[in-house]
Amino acid sequence: MQTSASKRGGLPGFGLTMGYSVLYLSLVVLIPLSALLLNSTGLTWEKFWDVATDPRVLASYKVSFLTAAAAGLIDTVLGLLLAWVLVRYDFPGKGLFDAMIDLPFALPTAVAGVSLTAIYSQNGWIGSLFEPLGIRLAFSPIGITLALMFIGIPFVVRTVQPVLQDLDAEVEEAAATLGASRFRTFRKVVLPELLPPLLTGFALAFSRGIGEYGSVVFISGNMPMKTEIAPLLIMSKLEQFDYAGATAVALLLLLISFILMLLINSLQRRVRKTAR
Amino acid sequence: MSKRMKKGVLIGLALTMVAVLAACGSETEAKNGAKNDGGKKSVELLNVSYDPTRELYENYNKAFAAYWEQEKGQKVTIKQSHGGSGKQGRAVIDGLEADVVTLALGYDIDAIKESGLIAEDWQKKYELNSSPYTSTIVFLVRKGNPKGIQDWNDLIKDGVEVITPNPQTSGGARWNYLAAWGYALHQNNNDEAKAQEFVKELFQHVPVLDSGARGATTTFVERGLGDVLLAWENEAWLSVKELGPDKFDIVYPSESILAEPPVAVVDKNADKHGTREVAEAYLKYLYSEEGQTIAAENYYRPTLDSVKTKFADQFPEIKLFTIDEVFGGWDEAQPKHFNDGGIFSQIYTPN
Repeated sequence: MQTSASKRGGLPGFGLTMGYSVLYLSLVVLIPLSALLLNSTGLTWEKFWDVATDPRVLASYKVSFLTAAAAGLIDTVLGLLLAWVLVRYDFPGKGLFDAMIDLPFALPTAVAGVSLTAIYSQNGWIGSLFEPLGIRLAFSPIGITLALMFIGIPFVVRTVQPVLQDLDAEVEEAAATLGASRFRTFRKVVLPELLPPLLTGFALAFSRGIGEYGSVVFISGNMPMKTEIAPLLIMSKLEQFDYAGATAVALLLLLISFILMLLINSLQRRVRKTAR
Repeated sequence: MSKRMKKGVLIGLALTMVAVLAACGSETEAKNGAKNDGGKKSVELLNVSYDPTRELYENYNKAFAAYWEQEKGQKVTIKQSHGGSGKQGRAVIDGLEADVVTLALGYDIDAIKESGLIAEDWQKKYELNSSPYTSTIVFLVRKGNPKGIQDWNDLIKDGVEVITPNPQTSGGARWNYLAAWGYALHQNNNDEAKAQEFVKELFQHVPVLDSGARGATTTFVERGLGDVLLAWENEAWLSVKELGPDKFDIVYPSESILAEPPVAVVDKNADKHGTREVAEAYLKYLYSEEGQTIAAENYYRPTLDSVKTKFADQFPEIKLFTIDEVFGGWDEAQPKHFNDGGIFSQIYTPN
């Protein structure tokens, strides 16, 4: 510990920065989380188990995790594409296009939800095109996924973009002169470099999607067992002044998310190591 | 752990303590500041209410401020807060310093009472269960009523889609559900099983469960989903007024529930702020001729006879039952119907 600290401590002010980190972590993360735990003190193991295994709660977890994963995966592909276009090509209005990527961050999620519902509902611009085919976009899991894709896309673009920018075009040229096809160059040279940021982007978009409430409630239709997301069930329990039940749902949600994040992070470390 | 690291952690913990203490300090300061306002030249009230009363209280606050200044020579500024009824109730419990609450259902005020902020007998403090104005549940249908919906049993006909928010998340929607239940009960000689069947069938005609009343109105009006919206009478009239009488009709069923949105002084807060006198007068004045007229103008049913006759055209007489008569009050209705494991959640539980 001593050696590694002094090695990294080449920069002055380690004490202060570490102090700030502890302050930040405790004020912004640990204290609210321990409040959550305190709230659950009214919760016995049986009650926790009852809530956690309730079919409606399980169904809502399934909806939340599946739609968030689907949205995260689609965002990873589309985000890579967007970042690629933004880094590798020059076109008029590029600055504007680039700035627009961040809009989902700035827009209040409720506004996003209402406008997405307006477009994708059966009498909306896009929804009305799919309605004759018997596909319902809004008020279905597809709608939830669409909302989460919208919310999550900037995460992927903004994590991939800087890495792509630093990527040396000469390496690709070298691969090409050595006779590699474009696809092979992409797969063997570009992708390994991009995999860590892509994983980070996916993890961010995915975890944001699990907790997202504001935009989803408008587009999901909130049908129990079908399109009800876990955060809505938490709200519904709070509405019954059932703080312990709400905390139980939240705790489990948090726990699963945390385990998934740990898995993704360790995967990322492994990828980074093999890339080197 | 290295020395430097230890020092860092210590600095962090110290800063955390300072921040927490600072937060506590400023809170007590704010409280003392509020105390000094009481009984002086000007006074401030916070009315924590639910969503659709925004326009009502904007008008009423002006009227009351004028009345109070004339009566006592004291300037009163009334701040309003609006949101879902249950959410507002929780905010007060969690420390929003409301002097008065005017919510959608007694259950939410009961919850504040449980936390000790409101006296046990709050519902007896003012006339008519502390509900100065009332409302009921009606049907909003598309112009010309293409599906021919006249009464509750028309809602479960084939091909009829009903829009209502989720009673578990929306206080207003609980009235919708109870109105349907009461109707079915009366149609079937008070047979509870038949009523449960009717309500279950009704909710199978609901394609989307919005989380709140305004969301359900948007789904019906803007998205064009459903044939009928179950709505509070005042919301239905507002929708017709704002969106054009050429688009929607209001249908009154043969009977419905008397929705009683109650009011109460938050005793602990009012005493702390020294605003008890003005807070009590504020709620009392809702029963006056002027207060009742403002309620009626905002499509709430007045309870004062003189105002009732004046607005008779606006509020058709229909058979109305109360939650106390049919359900034994919120204390019984809430756990039986709306809590998890209650009858409503059974509708959606697969067997």
